[in-house]
Amino acid sequence: MLKYTADHEWILVEGDTATVGITFYAQEQLGDAIFVQLPKVGDVFESGGAAVVVESVKAASEVYAPLKGEIIEINQSVVAEPALINTDPTGKGWLFKVKIGDRSQLDALMDEHAYQAQIAAAS
Amino acid sequence: MSDCKQDGPLRRTPLYEQHVSLGGRMVPFAGYEMPVQYPSGIVKEHLHVRATAGLFDVSHMGQFEIRPRNGNIETAARALESVLPIDVLGLASGRQRYALLTNEQGGVRDDLMIARMDDRFLIVANAASKKVDEEYLRATIGANCEIEHHEERALLALQGPLSESVLTELFPDVRAMRFMDVRTFKIHNAACVISRSGYTGEDGFEISAPAEAGNMIARDLLRNPHVAAIGLGARDSLRLEAGLCLYGPDLDLTTTPVEAALEWSIQSCRRFGGSRAGGFPGASIIMDQLQNGAPRRRVGLRPDGRAPVRHGARLFRDRDSAESIGIINSGGFGPSVNAPVAMGYVASSEARRGDSIFAELRGDRVPMQLSKLPFVPFQFKR
Repeated sequence: MLKYTADHEWILVEGDTATVGITFYAQEQLGDAIFVQLPKVGDVFESGGAAVVVESVKAASEVYAPLKGEIIEINQSVVAEPALINTDPTGKGWLFKVKIGDRSQLDALMDEHAYQAQIAAAS
Repeated sequence: MSDCKQDGPLRRTPLYEQHVSLGGRMVPFAGYEMPVQYPSGIVKEHLHVRATAGLFDVSHMGQFEIRPRNGNIETAARALESVLPIDVLGLASGRQRYALLTNEQGGVRDDLMIARMDDRFLIVANAASKKVDEEYLRATIGANCEIEHHEERALLALQGPLSESVLTELFPDVRAMRFMDVRTFKIHNAACVISRSGYTGEDGFEISAPAEAGNMIARDLLRNPHVAAIGLGARDSLRLEAGLCLYGPDLDLTTTPVEAALEWSIQSCRRFGGSRAGGFPGASIIMDQLQNGAPRRRVGLRPDGRAPVRHGARLFRDRDSAESIGIINSGGFGPSVNAPVAMGYVASSEARRGDSIFAELRGDRVPMQLSKLPFVPFQFKR
């Protein structure tokens, strides 16, 4: 299943693993990504913890862990090529995978419809 | 980017409609709605300028005309020398200089370009400072000089290696201009002023025109396939790579011209021993620093790694020392050098050592190499 946060992250849930990235809307707002700092495998986050730093030309942005859990994989490709976040934010631009600590937290996340409505309301 | 206090809604330059039609992302800047970028994005826009030619709208900047009330241009020159630590009397007609407006503490009120024409001087000042600059000039030289602030005029900057070949299609005579030449031209029935100068380190031109003509010139230039519209985001990354100061981050009332490594802008006739030494605000402090040095100095810095180190990051001698030796004033990413770049002020003793120092970044300390400025070589047509 695909879920979203109000901070413009997407979460692809497969079993008890969640892959996280930022949405097309988020990369558009961010501008050209030129540096990414990912967490380390094994790091543990609470929901809402700052997991990733993405630097654009103009400013640094944080990407928050949408769910409590342990980082089990990170995407080295975006470290080598930050532009992937802009060119393919929902594919090759994925950021990290987390082992879901508390499945009930998924209920608090938005589905596609609710997320699109949020973006529409903002513009 | 900063935006200063303004009364009422944001203002728009004569080129606003063009920016919107080109997909410009409009943001508040110095009381105006300005394009920070277009759909290409800041990195592509930046690279385009250094490769071919980019067109910037800088109509939000302050454009002033200064005429002597008694009709004698020398009177205006002397009046301007009372507020600017530069050689105005010796500035030939058709030439332009970079100058700092100083205060009694030797600090900088603004940085600007001053051009001399046959019967008047033209000043271009920063958008965020133009109102206070106008008040200051009226208070100091207004008795001797008529000061006109042309708020409705357009100001365009065409920058990049193809600037000359592009602009000669509209103005064939610009081919003969050297860096910092200024000339008047007529186009679309309007009087324009063009200088061969800019804020990117590239060859280029700045074009002042009445609003409607400015719009038409911009459209003409953008029709050239080599020219792209460039936003303020790339303007900032270009000037940072060129090691050029931005008033606010790099220059303010507490920075002297010597600390800012801008002593080259003070011609020898205004220095100790010169024919018109001193006679500007802060002269004794500045002249002392010209002789004996200043306690701190603006330097270029390159972080190790790929993470940018930005304005406000404190600098240290090493990983463990508690005492800061300086601070970053401008920092970001340089697309042409494909690396983060920064400028900061460090204690002069540290600036002389030439080895690496450290910057605070997200709770850690990153090594920073002191670097000569500019980060990318100048391409001026001297």
